[in-house]
Amino acid sequence: MKVAFTLNGTAASWSGPPVTRLAAALRDDLGFTGTKVGCDAGDCGACTVLLDGRQVCACLVAVGQVEGRTVETVEGLADTDGTLARLQDSFLAHGAAQCGICTPGMLMAAQELLRQVAQPDRTEIEDALGGVLCRCTGYTKIVDAVLSASVQAPVVVPAAGSAVGARLPRVDGHAKVTGRDVFGADGVPADALWIRVVRSPYARARFVLGDLAPLRGRLAAVLTASDVPFNGFGIYPDIKDQPVLADGIVRYRGEAVLALVGERAAVLSIRDDEVPIVWTAEPPVMGIDAATAADAPLVQADKPKNLLLDGGVRHGDAAAAFASCAAVAEGVFETAFVEHAYIEPEAGWARRVGDRIEIHVTTQTPYMDRDEIANVMQLRPEAVRIVPTACGGGFGGKLDLSVQPLVAIAAWLLKRPVACVYTRPESMAATTKRHPARVTAKFGCDAEGKLVACDVSATFDTGAYASWGPTVANRVPVHAMGPYAVPHVRTWGEAFFTNGPPAGAFRGFGVPQAAIAHEAMMDELADQLGIDRLEFRHRNALRAGDKTATGQVLAHSAGLAQCLDALRPHWDKARDEAAAFNEKGGPRRRGVGVGCMWYGIGNTSMSNPSRMRVGLSPAGTLTLYSGAVDIGQGSNTIMTQIAADALGLPAAQFTLVAGDTDLTADAGKTSTSRQTFVSGRAAEGAGRDLRQQILRLANSGPEAVLSLDGAKLTVRDGAAVRTIDLATTEALMGEGTFDPPTTPLDANGQGIPYATYAFAAQMAEVEVDTELGTVKVLRIVAAHDVGKAINPMLVEGQIEGGVAQGLGLALMEEFLPGRTENLHDYLIPTIGDVPPIECILIEDREPLGPSGAKGVGEPGLVPTAPAILGAVHHATGVRAHRVPLLPHRLREALIKLQEGALKGTAA
Amino acid sequence: MGKYVRPSRLEEALSVLARPHVVLAGGTDFYPARVGRTIDEDILDISAIAALRGISTTAEGWRLGATATWSELIEADLPPLFDGLKQAAREVGGRQIQNAGTLAGNLCNASPAADGVPGLLSLDAEVEIASQAATRRLPLDRFITGVRRTDLGPGELVVALHVARPVRPARSAFLKLGARRYLVISIAMAAAVIEIAEGRVAAARLAVGACSAVAQRLPALEAALLGAPVDGHLADRVDRAHLAPLTPIDDIRGSAGYRGDSVLVLLRRLLAGLAP
Repeated sequence: MKVAFTLNGTAASWSGPPVTRLAAALRDDLGFTGTKVGCDAGDCGACTVLLDGRQVCACLVAVGQVEGRTVETVEGLADTDGTLARLQDSFLAHGAAQCGICTPGMLMAAQELLRQVAQPDRTEIEDALGGVLCRCTGYTKIVDAVLSASVQAPVVVPAAGSAVGARLPRVDGHAKVTGRDVFGADGVPADALWIRVVRSPYARARFVLGDLAPLRGRLAAVLTASDVPFNGFGIYPDIKDQPVLADGIVRYRGEAVLALVGERAAVLSIRDDEVPIVWTAEPPVMGIDAATAADAPLVQADKPKNLLLDGGVRHGDAAAAFASCAAVAEGVFETAFVEHAYIEPEAGWARRVGDRIEIHVTTQTPYMDRDEIANVMQLRPEAVRIVPTACGGGFGGKLDLSVQPLVAIAAWLLKRPVACVYTRPESMAATTKRHPARVTAKFGCDAEGKLVACDVSATFDTGAYASWGPTVANRVPVHAMGPYAVPHVRTWGEAFFTNGPPAGAFRGFGVPQAAIAHEAMMDELADQLGIDRLEFRHRNALRAGDKTATGQVLAHSAGLAQCLDALRPHWDKARDEAAAFNEKGGPRRRGVGVGCMWYGIGNTSMSNPSRMRVGLSPAGTLTLYSGAVDIGQGSNTIMTQIAADALGLPAAQFTLVAGDTDLTADAGKTSTSRQTFVSGRAAEGAGRDLRQQILRLANSGPEAVLSLDGAKLTVRDGAAVRTIDLATTEALMGEGTFDPPTTPLDANGQGIPYATYAFAAQMAEVEVDTELGTVKVLRIVAAHDVGKAINPMLVEGQIEGGVAQGLGLALMEEFLPGRTENLHDYLIPTIGDVPPIECILIEDREPLGPSGAKGVGEPGLVPTAPAILGAVHHATGVRAHRVPLLPHRLREALIKLQEGALKGTAA
Repeated sequence: MGKYVRPSRLEEALSVLARPHVVLAGGTDFYPARVGRTIDEDILDISAIAALRGISTTAEGWRLGATATWSELIEADLPPLFDGLKQAAREVGGRQIQNAGTLAGNLCNASPAADGVPGLLSLDAEVEIASQAATRRLPLDRFITGVRRTDLGPGELVVALHVARPVRPARSAFLKLGARRYLVISIAMAAAVIEIAEGRVAAARLAVGACSAVAQRLPALEAALLGAPVDGHLADRVDRAHLAPLTPIDDIRGSAGYRGDSVLVLLRRLLAGLAP
């Protein structure tokens, strides 16, 4: 059927089945890929468009229903000459777009509002944008952008030498606010075949494949385990335990079993029950207790006791030291599987180019992908090219393989482009999660409130396959005492296999779980001694010159005490206000909490080098070749700012080539908050190297000032002015490398695991409805020692986004296999849940970092849940021992507390 | 691929329904149930039928057309009787869902947590159903018969909801409890309508959702409120025994005990809010 309508002011027509989703018609047939698909179920709002001026989810509209109507998409916001709408400008100027996947939906929702109300207030904005989820920004800068949409946004264009420290809008932002950025599902060639993966409905089962010939007759191919040259992948070189396609055994619900390859409509029309698989389900091993039971069945036959690995840190004699403590606190804290819930599901496509395979994919780690695909396909790494698309959020979840091996193998065998785009339920069931943890903590201090000893054991459910489990189990013991000087330390980390989804990397690598425990202990010790909770932390804060539990002396950049000092006036005021509020009585109680954290930047005691290049072509094109992937956090912009100042030319003159493994050098993975610190330092080196080459060519001194005008490069050194005609020279290429200096940890966990650490303290104000058990977070103040804020706007964006995820961890997020595999049963914070966030940036310079900078990607999240949970305790007396603190759990704890108090009175 | 028909006349739609079709209007329940698979059912799209649209006054009260959306309700010029239902409408999904989803679709989907049902029960709404053979009206509490089940027979289509005009001035309110703001499925919700004569409750209709397979009225509470002065003490009349019609369950959103406790709180707050 033909459907005629008006699209962005122009007559459009579309032919096909009228029940087709409008989102699919726009994207797949009309080429309007600015409208994003995050769930196809109206849960995320990424596909928001205006239909007759009203915002709707394009995934819920039958294209047959738009006959004769007007549809507006993000592509229609700017003028036809390309001039951005004020709203788009405002999004750029405020840093409201991070990864950019929700940006088109946010813009369209805001557009509906701004036509009704020219200058909306915060409540009106929340009501209008409440249907669009964002996982990156914490919504703060989106609200700011809409609040300011009626005024012309100021333009920040730093001059040469002043890019570092500037609130430069994202260098890749224009494409994000116009809907032109190409994400994993956006650039699929028209002639590509599609893959639909058939997945296990059981957490643990054996299976036998029946006769696949009839299916193969309908499709281009049906891939099974036997089609995979090396059927195992995994993060660690010696643990390739996860099959690309399961071979007779499945170990978690959602595990890939078969890949149906064919025309898109053909693969989607095949129902799972048409696929001949005979299942023999077995009782699954779910949770830590089941995995560690004496008679527990093994998840992986060659992993005795279901143990992945264990290890810890020993310093002094903790057991003996507790005897001398004036106060001792103990507790056990449990966390759940947490889903990354990036709004862009996994997506990508591959094509065979001669004897090479080229994979366009949303990823955090092109070089690891390259090497892993080479291993799976038994090709040389040079035969694999990874071209990262724009990445619509990662948070650690796109550090593992998803679609890559399937599209690569299919494209290789069929010699045709092959694409795969996960559905939302598939993304949630099949991909990695945050490790559920059980953290047992004991801390003791002396009568003055100085910490003396701690003993922390963290047990993790690593799910069916190792993934990043070893990283979590290694990192946590180093961090589990918290950012405090503790002379006697015993910490332990261990991870066990279960038939849960593989637990992998998720913003913080286990440290957020451990922080919930150590911060509860700080509150309790402070309370026992009658010391203010913030003051207690201040007394114990690690400072420059202190020795950590691994025996590392922190020579520089340990700014926790400064963070706490910055919080103190807010803290005092908020505590007074909460007390005044509570004096009025009633079911609502307010409280204030503080959480602290530290976080080692980069890999734990392992090399993690970055190499960056800056080139200047004979045509005068200045290019940053960055292998660092920008997953929304802003590394494209940060690297450009750093390289620009190191070279001495304006950031605006840079073009960028990012991620492509054929065109860039390996800058490692976007994880462990390392890109600014490690790749940034390499970018600084590359800029300096190019500058040195130019100064040599011009025979100029180090203070010379550069300017670039087309192919004319001018070098002013005092009165001397030299002009280099680049057209007559070879292309210039500067290069920089950096690998943070660390040492291995010995059997007692002694050594230098990280070259530098980020520190932070956050304060949360909450209001608890004690009758319903609901918690409303009223305000967050976040003080972070970032060394140096290369771009304060982007740093704030990282903190605000981390805070939102920390709020989710504390109050609502719990992944249950088979139960919460969509974005209406699995809840992440909406624009109405995230309160105003005030960021305070402390710059305690790290000499190793570029301009003194260190990382901030993960630290934003770590202290938030502890601060919120501390505030709930302050408000109600309930200490959460299990997160998320869902309303019914808090209410039940309140009842228990009241019953206990009554019994106490009776006795 | 199935058939897709989008008639503009009701008669045509009813004749199409002589054969089984899935009815599509706002799409807000239809598409989420069909993620990642080909849609191959025969579809009757009722969104083009003018006779099913709009909210209007009638001799007896108000008629809400089957394809009237939550946003149309929010924006309609209606008396305080409808304040509660409007509050419920603002709690449905996000603005996108409110702009597309229909009240009648919410009833036909028959989820235990349907946001529209408690409010419409408290309004004593009737469902107008048509088929080629006949037209009938059914009180809402007899229309929804179970989880995802309604009284709709083969060939039948909901054409409108009707709300009678109360003889006395009425006030109404709605409260929803969820684990986040926006886009959230209710843990529990409660709706109330009271009619007032001489400062006292002359009629009361209260309903609770997400605490039983089908949202339930609370007749004992309604009786207990009759004759009570409409003041700050109205909430004191709520008693746990009034919750007898409810059968809350444990699920991922909350425990049964928590639901029961919370409903009491919601009802008390609802009534406290109705006092001047």
